[in-house]
Amino acid sequence: MSVLILVEHDNNEIKASTLNTVTAAMQISDDLHALVIGCDCDAVANAATQIKGIAKVIKCDAQVYQYGLVENVAPVVESIAGNYSHVFAPASTFGKNLMPRVAALLDVQQLSDISEILSDDTFVRPIYAGNALATVRSTDSVKLITVRTTAFDAASEQGGSGDIEDLTASTDSGLSSFLKHDLTRSERPELTTASIVISGGRGMQSGENFNMLERVADKLGAAVGASRAAVDAGYVPNDYQVGQTGKVVAPDLYIAVGISGAIQHLAGMKDSKYIVAINKDEEAPIFQVADFGWVADLFSAVPELEAALE
Amino acid sequence: MKVIVPVKRVIDANIKVRVKTDRSGVELNNVKMAMNPFCEIAVEESIRLKESGAADEIIVVAAGPQQSQETIRTALAMGADRGILVETDIPLEPLAVSKLLKAVVEREQPGLILMGKQAVDNDNNQTGQMLSAMLNWSVGTFVSKIAVQDESFEVVREVDGGLETVSLTKPSVITVDLRLNEPRYASLPNIMKARRKPIETLTPDELGIDVTPRVEVLEVNEPPSRQAGIRVSSAAELIEKLKTEAKVL
Repeated sequence: MSVLILVEHDNNEIKASTLNTVTAAMQISDDLHALVIGCDCDAVANAATQIKGIAKVIKCDAQVYQYGLVENVAPVVESIAGNYSHVFAPASTFGKNLMPRVAALLDVQQLSDISEILSDDTFVRPIYAGNALATVRSTDSVKLITVRTTAFDAASEQGGSGDIEDLTASTDSGLSSFLKHDLTRSERPELTTASIVISGGRGMQSGENFNMLERVADKLGAAVGASRAAVDAGYVPNDYQVGQTGKVVAPDLYIAVGISGAIQHLAGMKDSKYIVAINKDEEAPIFQVADFGWVADLFSAVPELEAALE
Repeated sequence: MKVIVPVKRVIDANIKVRVKTDRSGVELNNVKMAMNPFCEIAVEESIRLKESGAADEIIVVAAGPQQSQETIRTALAMGADRGILVETDIPLEPLAVSKLLKAVVEREQPGLILMGKQAVDNDNNQTGQMLSAMLNWSVGTFVSKIAVQDESFEVVREVDGGLETVSLTKPSVITVDLRLNEPRYASLPNIMKARRKPIETLTPDELGIDVTPRVEVLEVNEPPSRQAGIRVSSAAELIEKLKTEAKVL
């Protein structure tokens, strides 16, 4: 049994989500192949050979794959998926976008966002915003799976010794074209992999007030997140959103500031090791899941926290 | 341009779901049901396209039990023109729903399929992508902005690193994210008017689609619950606890 892993990358670097996916796949097989589809992506393919557990890297390198347009990429995955018992990808926007398109081409019912592997055909996945956990068995001959990255540790980026094999393809579907990226630039750790996350909600009242959280974040080496309410209000960009339909995080420490704790938000952070809630409403549902609750006005509490961290 | 908007009936997003005591699934009896919130956003966008003149007919399609008529009726009250229900009591997986939708699309020949990026019951996030593959159409997922052009749609996608803008050659499947729009409430006169709008009922058999599930649900369990911890009253106390008890600082 061999498992194919779809590598998430930007043609220069492998995204950390791939490493968690490798760890999940290791529970199924020790013959793991990494598929790198991109343009001028030698650096990515080379890095993939170093990941511990990867036996082989398959590189498909052509201009038409530069921006990962699924109309072009999915047929490449389809063309080799039949050689594998399983195909794994992270349940990031990369995997969510691509894997179902592949699944339909193969006539397979994909399993999304698995959080536990019980056997080679049986998996656990959260449903209803994580308020229930379904144990499901796939009857398809090839299992297509996206992985909840916070449920699996990252594989080591060293110790691998895979070879690179070239896969030649370059068909442009002509169905879509890339126009531009507006990516959020930040020197802080990435939200989904940070060991500490500090998030703000509607209680922050403005985008400028997020500067308070950023100063605390910089003292803690933390990433900054937000609830849907704060993103909808335009305080911070969309990729800050933690929740059922945003990002799922599970840091060692999650600090929720001015967040009431709607179930959709809890779905994205309740697997954090420790949760701190700062909110002036002592009835806020966030306190029901917080290990440390501080009933206080955030506009005095957050500066106090910043000063205490000096 | 004709627009198809698939909609799904789910447990109302504001209700806390309960796992059945026999662990066979979640309790659906006597629970308030509603349209999946992402589907509402898709319906709203289709109506705005019609109001702007970019769309001329909106067809709402649901697949599921007979009660899904109510969900279609809600969309008709918001402003959609007619409905199609593919009626079945078999639990439908995204692959099966995509096949049913494909069959409907082949009959109706729309220029655009607008749908939610995911349903908040099973949280799969698959159907739009699958349907696009089956039709060999362009697809834009997690979309927060749509501009209609002559031969294409220019869409802004919410991706992990920020935003991505792509051009989709028509016809297209577009799956919508939260920030595309704020859905309207249906007015009373429009609710009354919606009662007279047509809903056609079909079955998977009539469409020639096998919807037998591929995935077996063995059991459904409650997640481990978190207990509320302690209260602190100052930053110094909080930092002390995080250092000595939690050991995360």
